[in-house]
Amino acid sequence: MISRDDVAHVARLARLRLEEAEADRVTAELARILEHIDKIGELDLTGVEPTAHVLAVADVLRADKPRPSLSRGDALRNAPAVSADCFRVPRIQS
Amino acid sequence: MSEWEPVIGLEVHVELDTETKMFCGCAVTKGDPPNTHTCPVCLAHPGALPVVNERAVEYAARIALALGCEVRPRSIFHRKNYFYPDLPKAYQISQYDEPLAVGGSFDYWVGDQKLSCRINRVHMEEDAAKLIHAGGETGRIAGSDYSMVDFNRGGTPLIEIVGEPDIPSPEAAREFLQQLRNLIVGLGVSECNMEEGQIRWDANISVRPAGSDRLGTRTELKNMNSFRFLQQALESELPRQVAILEAGGTIDQETLHFDPETGTTTPLRSKEEAHDYRYFPEPDLVPLTADEAWVDKVRQDLPELPAARVERFMSQYGLSRYDATVLGGGSTMARFYEDVVAEGVDAKLAANWTMGEYSAHLNAAGLDPGHGHVTAARLAALLRLVADGEVSGTAAKQVFALMIEERAEPRDVVTRHDLGQVSDTAELEAVVASVIAAHPAQVEQFRAGKEQVAGFFVGQVMRATQGKANPQLVSELVRTALTG
Amino acid sequence: MTAGLDPLRLTARDARRLLTDGEIAASELVKTYLDQIARVEDRVHAFVLVTADNAAKYATEIDQEAGATRGALAGLPTAIKDNMVTEGVTTTCGSRILGNYQPVYTATAVRRIWGDHIVMLGKSNLDEFAMGSSTENSAFGPTRNPWDLSTVPGGSSGGSAAAVAAGEALWALGSDTGGSIRQPAALCGVVGMKPTYGAVSRYGLIAFASSLDQIGPLTRTVYDCALLLRGITGHDPCDSTSIALPGEIELPAAERLDGLRFGIPTEYVSTGIEPGVLERFEQTVTLIEELGATCVEISLPHTEYALPAYYIIAPAEASANLARFDGVRYGYRSPHAGDLTEMYEATRGEGFGAEVKRRIMIGTYALSSGYYDAYYGQAQKVRTLVRRDFDTAFAQVDLIVSPTSPTVAFGLGSRTDDPLAMYQSDICTIPVNLAGLPAISIPCGLAGHLPVGFQIMGPAYSENLLLAAAHALEGAIGFDALPTFADSSAGARGADRR
Repeated sequence: MISRDDVAHVARLARLRLEEAEADRVTAELARILEHIDKIGELDLTGVEPTAHVLAVADVLRADKPRPSLSRGDALRNAPAVSADCFRVPRIQS
Repeated sequence: MSEWEPVIGLEVHVELDTETKMFCGCAVTKGDPPNTHTCPVCLAHPGALPVVNERAVEYAARIALALGCEVRPRSIFHRKNYFYPDLPKAYQISQYDEPLAVGGSFDYWVGDQKLSCRINRVHMEEDAAKLIHAGGETGRIAGSDYSMVDFNRGGTPLIEIVGEPDIPSPEAAREFLQQLRNLIVGLGVSECNMEEGQIRWDANISVRPAGSDRLGTRTELKNMNSFRFLQQALESELPRQVAILEAGGTIDQETLHFDPETGTTTPLRSKEEAHDYRYFPEPDLVPLTADEAWVDKVRQDLPELPAARVERFMSQYGLSRYDATVLGGGSTMARFYEDVVAEGVDAKLAANWTMGEYSAHLNAAGLDPGHGHVTAARLAALLRLVADGEVSGTAAKQVFALMIEERAEPRDVVTRHDLGQVSDTAELEAVVASVIAAHPAQVEQFRAGKEQVAGFFVGQVMRATQGKANPQLVSELVRTALTG
Repeated sequence: MTAGLDPLRLTARDARRLLTDGEIAASELVKTYLDQIARVEDRVHAFVLVTADNAAKYATEIDQEAGATRGALAGLPTAIKDNMVTEGVTTTCGSRILGNYQPVYTATAVRRIWGDHIVMLGKSNLDEFAMGSSTENSAFGPTRNPWDLSTVPGGSSGGSAAAVAAGEALWALGSDTGGSIRQPAALCGVVGMKPTYGAVSRYGLIAFASSLDQIGPLTRTVYDCALLLRGITGHDPCDSTSIALPGEIELPAAERLDGLRFGIPTEYVSTGIEPGVLERFEQTVTLIEELGATCVEISLPHTEYALPAYYIIAPAEASANLARFDGVRYGYRSPHAGDLTEMYEATRGEGFGAEVKRRIMIGTYALSSGYYDAYYGQAQKVRTLVRRDFDTAFAQVDLIVSPTSPTVAFGLGSRTDDPLAMYQSDICTIPVNLAGLPAISIPCGLAGHLPVGFQIMGPAYSENLLLAAAHALEGAIGFDALPTFADSSAGARGADRR
């Protein structure tokens, strides 16, 4: 089933910091939920097409004509940090 | 190196010159102040949704058809998930296992040799935003204190062209890219401006024993923004791999960065783990269908492709393959050349001048074909003057240079600078006579049997007339005077 | 002035008539609801934000408009679930991670009814990111059920349902991904409808599960539901998954069900439905027959796989939809962070609540390398089978019925330690989300002192048939009980209900 390491790996993929206790709890919860979800493994689904789109619609396209953009003020309005009219983020440790 | 053969695969990204972004109506622009072309969609605000740009699909199909790909009857978009500040949704809308087109090939020339590279797929996606790193010495991530994001570019339509690892050498890689670029520019879908990053590529490189068909471990090269750097980087990386393998080692699959200063490749400090992109079909978009009628129409509307044009130039204008490739490989040069010929100029003469003086001018001025300071019409006018004998071939070069400087019509330049060809027999006979009189020694040589000395006298007459004398007439008159 | 408007009884239909006849003013109408909010909101907590001043001001402006220039829904006091962005009005999605987010645009569905001059009373409470069945997952405290303040109103549109039930709004908009309109409607004794997928634009609806989410109405009556639905439906070029319904939404008038065939899926009535709920359900089925319709047993054989499939698909899509909440462009950014990765992890770790994190984890896991085929891939195939079950059934019957929720409102805190138990609340509602089909819940009686909901499901694009049938049935049921705002937690819950 799902291990503590799996949980740590998934949390990293999802950029979620989990405290120790939280991670333990989440592991137990996920294990139970996955047990329930695993039920779908009972079905033999060979030959069944997956439904990616429930609508029978295709080819929704937009004409290549410019529409008004946000003002810079509106674009940056909610920014947690701004520098030189750009969104500022902490150093990207490479 | 000869027991080993290079195996090179290129993945090319091309930014399209549509008016708006791939999934929203913000304008695609260059050089505007940061964050002035954004909207809830390309800023990934909560609740925002993508809508596909019709023209981007058409342009993508053009590229696919020009590469001989099959445009698939149905294609869908996928989400490619990862976190990075230049990716506002934390996923890129791209295509995965149901892309727009698959299975083509691109023929290209390396010298006289025609090579073919299979094309695995052509698909659509959106470009990331622009990241600027601040606080470090070099403007790169390493050593930076913080970074800044400008979302103007984010969402620009991007076409990915994936080639199979069929490229056999660094030179071939360079030619492949150069000619692919010409093809795409000729389709009118992108200017492929390299300084602006409108065309970018990653190279996958490995080596294998010559004649083998197994693939070795490959490394990936990123961050080359010129064809020259690509060739250099490959020329550095290939021997490095060979050396390792010959010493009994193994190649690490890693991503390398090319430093043009030192001319070497170094591994990028490997990221935490290889990305798990967790691709799944994009639920906010519906499938695209491409029926035969639409595909045929796109195919019919394709402009003449470079390969076909080169063949046509060879047969229509009697050019060698080399000349036909120089003149016909790129659409803007081809157009210029044909405009000159259309004005009634002999094809070979036009070819010589276009590849000669005109190209030299473009290189010196740093301009693109068709954007020089001499239009096709004016070059044609000059060449007609030459053909009519009004200007000598030699003087024409001077005239051309002055046409550039003065942005003037050839006839005006000729008149203003008195560069018209002198064909007045009487006038020239006088000059011939004086030249002959001034060089009795050479006259003796000629009379002694050295026929080629006649050329010396012709040269002297040309000098005396500042190159304006009609060379054929001078030649005749000199012979007559010497033998008479 | 009319003799006292009763917010617990007034319908939009009547309010509209009173307004157009000039018998009441919009400002009076809005004041009625604002007064009710003042009276009960501290107990119910249906709203994250009450925009009282703007509402009063706007109502006055409407009164000054000549009748001819007023919008079709002018003056009608509305609550909007706080997962629909409203330009200039803080939108929280029930979460801390949106911080003080001020939307720079408005959701299409909301913009359409603003265009009809409805009066927005405020943004209603919800489970964080619409993930939940009780509204206990809101970062701003739970909403309480006006029928018994010790119980939940259901979720995730619990605030909207409670507001309508409590007379704090004439009607409301909610959203439904796995039952989030219908289940709270059932638990709060009001009408709630999820339209056919695509019928209402999702542009501006903060996405939970893109292929399942739909906006829909919560109202006192089926007629009101049709009226509000009409205001929000329509193709939207900003939403590639939006469609135009084949015809106009009709305001229902049917009183009989003659000639209609109803199907009762055995799988729905055998899965742990509470006795009181089952009893009300069966009584309502009898009424259907009395109204001239036939009821037959049908089978939707893959029903038991719908819940697990949903709990793969919805979290998977959500894990990608919620990845944009990364502290870069808006919302909360953790102050406890050195570099970018730390910023991402701390922001999201601190900003998201427990249920949201659980679902992001499940979703990420289900999509991750090596697991995609077994989970997401498999679930999408189950989805095909669930849809096929419905298609087959609808060849036999016109409409399908079931209890909306297996239980009545459960006690606050009674399921919060057991996510799986909470997920079971949705077993009757989830399948139509997977299939993209429309469904409506109407109150059909009480079990003890708590309301029971009756669900009717229809084929795609059958909104008018659904509304007509629901309207007729509503008339026959004659549900007229009112919430008492009592709190039974003084005594024991559950078995001890009066």
